[in-house]
Amino acid sequence: MSTAELTGRYYDLHEHDHPEGASTALGFWLYLMSDCLIFAMLFATFAVLGGNYAAGPGPKDLFDLPLVAVNTSMLLFSSITYGFAMIAMQNGKLRQTQAWPIVTGLFGLAFLGIELTEFRHLIEEGAGPQRSAFLSAFFTLVGTHGCHVTFGIIWLTTLLVQLGKHGLTAANQRRLMCLSLFWHFLDVVWIGVFTFVYLMGVLR
Amino acid sequence: MIPTHSHWTPLLGRLGLDAIPTEPIVLVTFAGVATGGLALVAALTYFRLWSYLWKEWFTSVDHKKIGIMYMILGLVMFLRGFADALMIRGQQAMAFNGNDGYLNSHHFDQVFTAHGVIMIFFVAMPFVTGLMNYIVPLQIGARDVSFPFLNNFSFWMTAGGAVLVMLSLFLGEFARTGWLAYPPLSGIAYSPDVGVDYYIWSLQIAGIGTTLSGVNLIATIVKMRAPGMAMMKMPVFTWTALVTNILIVAVFPVLTVVLALLGLDRVFHTNFFTNDFGGSPMLYVNLIWIWGHPEVYILVLPVFGVFSEITATFCSKRLFGYSSMVYATCVIGILSYVVWLHHFFTMGSGASVNSFFGITTMVISIPTGAKLFNWLFTMYRGRIRFDLPMMWTVAFMLTFTIGGMTGVMLAVPPADFVLHNSVFLIAHFHNVIIGGVVWGVFAAINYWWPKAFGFKLNQFWGKVSFWCWVPGFWLAFTPLYALGLMGVTRRTRVFDDPTLQPWYIAAGLGSLLIAAGIGAMLLQFGISIWKREEYKDESGDPWGGRTLEWATSSPPPEYNFAFTPKIHEIDAWADMKAAGVQRPTDGFRAILMPRNTWAGIVLAGMATVCGFALIWQVWWLAVLMLVTVVGTAIFHTFNYDRSFHIPAEHIAEVEAARTAQLAALNKGAAA
Repeated sequence: MSTAELTGRYYDLHEHDHPEGASTALGFWLYLMSDCLIFAMLFATFAVLGGNYAAGPGPKDLFDLPLVAVNTSMLLFSSITYGFAMIAMQNGKLRQTQAWPIVTGLFGLAFLGIELTEFRHLIEEGAGPQRSAFLSAFFTLVGTHGCHVTFGIIWLTTLLVQLGKHGLTAANQRRLMCLSLFWHFLDVVWIGVFTFVYLMGVLR
Repeated sequence: MIPTHSHWTPLLGRLGLDAIPTEPIVLVTFAGVATGGLALVAALTYFRLWSYLWKEWFTSVDHKKIGIMYMILGLVMFLRGFADALMIRGQQAMAFNGNDGYLNSHHFDQVFTAHGVIMIFFVAMPFVTGLMNYIVPLQIGARDVSFPFLNNFSFWMTAGGAVLVMLSLFLGEFARTGWLAYPPLSGIAYSPDVGVDYYIWSLQIAGIGTTLSGVNLIATIVKMRAPGMAMMKMPVFTWTALVTNILIVAVFPVLTVVLALLGLDRVFHTNFFTNDFGGSPMLYVNLIWIWGHPEVYILVLPVFGVFSEITATFCSKRLFGYSSMVYATCVIGILSYVVWLHHFFTMGSGASVNSFFGITTMVISIPTGAKLFNWLFTMYRGRIRFDLPMMWTVAFMLTFTIGGMTGVMLAVPPADFVLHNSVFLIAHFHNVIIGGVVWGVFAAINYWWPKAFGFKLNQFWGKVSFWCWVPGFWLAFTPLYALGLMGVTRRTRVFDDPTLQPWYIAAGLGSLLIAAGIGAMLLQFGISIWKREEYKDESGDPWGGRTLEWATSSPPPEYNFAFTPKIHEIDAWADMKAAGVQRPTDGFRAILMPRNTWAGIVLAGMATVCGFALIWQVWWLAVLMLVTVVGTAIFHTFNYDRSFHIPAEHIAEVEAARTAQLAALNKGAAA
């Protein structure tokens, strides 16, 4: 083998630029898994402490299941509408890609509104996070999820401005995709909360 | 929320004049640090270095520079942590026969807590993260990490945590709880002051940095390997880095949660870990060790990788049992999750639970043993060169094995009931952490220093350091094994039994020998920098290396490789040398590189101020900083222009200089 051939065998002589953001999907997914562990720990904490009412009120006394069902549907709808936004993005339709996340954000706000109403009622009844280990674990798990939704709405708003400025560029599409992962992830976590905290709590 | 602290004002929170400590030792230290710090600032200003530091280092997204900054942070904090160690040794050597020693309990308890926290979080972690940052992209033939800005941010978050720990020395106090801050002692009832809050927020801020750097390095290793480098052709150090970072991403969130819950208990009076209202302190202990045990493997796995590289290089042959090394690393990674309960067999989980965790703990020694045999078989009939990295490696193999064996002793639950919380345990984990992690880092520094700076380290002072450190370690910790077997408990400030004193004096002398070793090492660094022309290495491959980092110049250019190498074998560079490959000398193309950014250091700085406000409960400042951090981060996302091309002409220039350098070197060798 000649020297030049050898060099070509061991070096990539015709290399092109590595596209920016090639690792973003993997990186963001890894971050989501770390976030998932945060929720896993909070679920575990709730599993351990969820029965420790300290002679205070339990899930049966506190949870208003119809209200929580409405709340759950808010979040589920917000996920569907975000899905529509992603489809619009795939089809290259900027207007629709901007419109659907607004609907998503409104559903998200409705979810947060209902959640805060529920929290206020509980605290007014004397069932605040300080009352028992069960309530500490409940408020922290559900509240952490609520914080994530809040953050998601801030992100969504930022992204809408950026879509308005730059349109459906590759960078913006990546960002939309990351937010999509994030938003659906929150939905999945909420399914867990609804099942393990509310439904099974009432059965307890 | 109204804090329980009596002096709380809306403007300054708990901060008042009484926050300034009055103990003479602390005041003298403060005077020293303040003078030194002012001198440093003055020198930097006088030599007009601020702009250079800001442009070339602080805002740099170059993984090599960030790696070096991690190492410097680790070294500085190492000196602080070691000063704490000397104080503990001094106190325990003298506090007999009615002598109260020189540290009161308020101070002594902070010293041993700070020693543990600093050595693990702000010494060992920055060291291993720094090594991975510097070496991994070079070993896989990449030009940077996947997320260069995030890398810079992660470093500054770690540094921010370190700043808060250091601040606790001079403003308020540090935790007096031991390095894992078990409740109820760390709860608001028994630790009403700011010490535990310093602990919580310094670790939270550093922890965010660590988690993100874990995400970054996994993505880098998975996505950015040079063409042809299949997973089973990756260098072993990169493999250990991969498993380590998977562990980081999988357990640091656990630490984040458990510290957050402790913080909620302290500030909002929730009942996670309290003794009443249904709280469970043992839940804290379980959760923190679910993080804590994998953490020790996060520290030791990368140095296993370091030793693997060094053993192969200095025996001039391929590593024995490459694939078994990879599998052993993965198995250790998995098993590290199912052993956490061995840290508290005495909790009373019952015989079957204790047996399970005892057995899993013993099982971990099997893959670890396999690694040791692989290193031994690599050495067997190799041409071993006993340069400093190899000396540290041999010292590690002997010392770590003994530490491992005492670990297996502790893994036996009935034995642990006797040894739990005794200084036997202290001897054990220093045996594996010093003999493993610390010496591994020293081996790595001696090994890769020429790569990073283009000159070798002075051998003489390196050997002096080695011969002080290794006997010093054994003199300092063998007595603790003996004392532990006699039942002496850890964290004891004064002793009733005078017959124990000789052991503690011996341990104290050992720590002085280690101090001499550290001094010699600093001298080694200083002299080597001073005489850098004399120790110059122009080849880029001073040890006859086998992996890709040795294929480029020392220090490597900012783009690492002008052309990305193609990989055909496990030891890619050894393969290239054997084939006689010439590096390409023309046809250079422009290279896309990430731009430096102010955002990392600014965001981390704000987060640190936010942490400070939360510690002192200056709520307005905390909220302001939180809003500013989010706002600044959003502002940063509006910057879409994050990379630039290094022009082909510039690369051609740099590479031509390199070609000339190599040609001169070859001519010299031929003559």
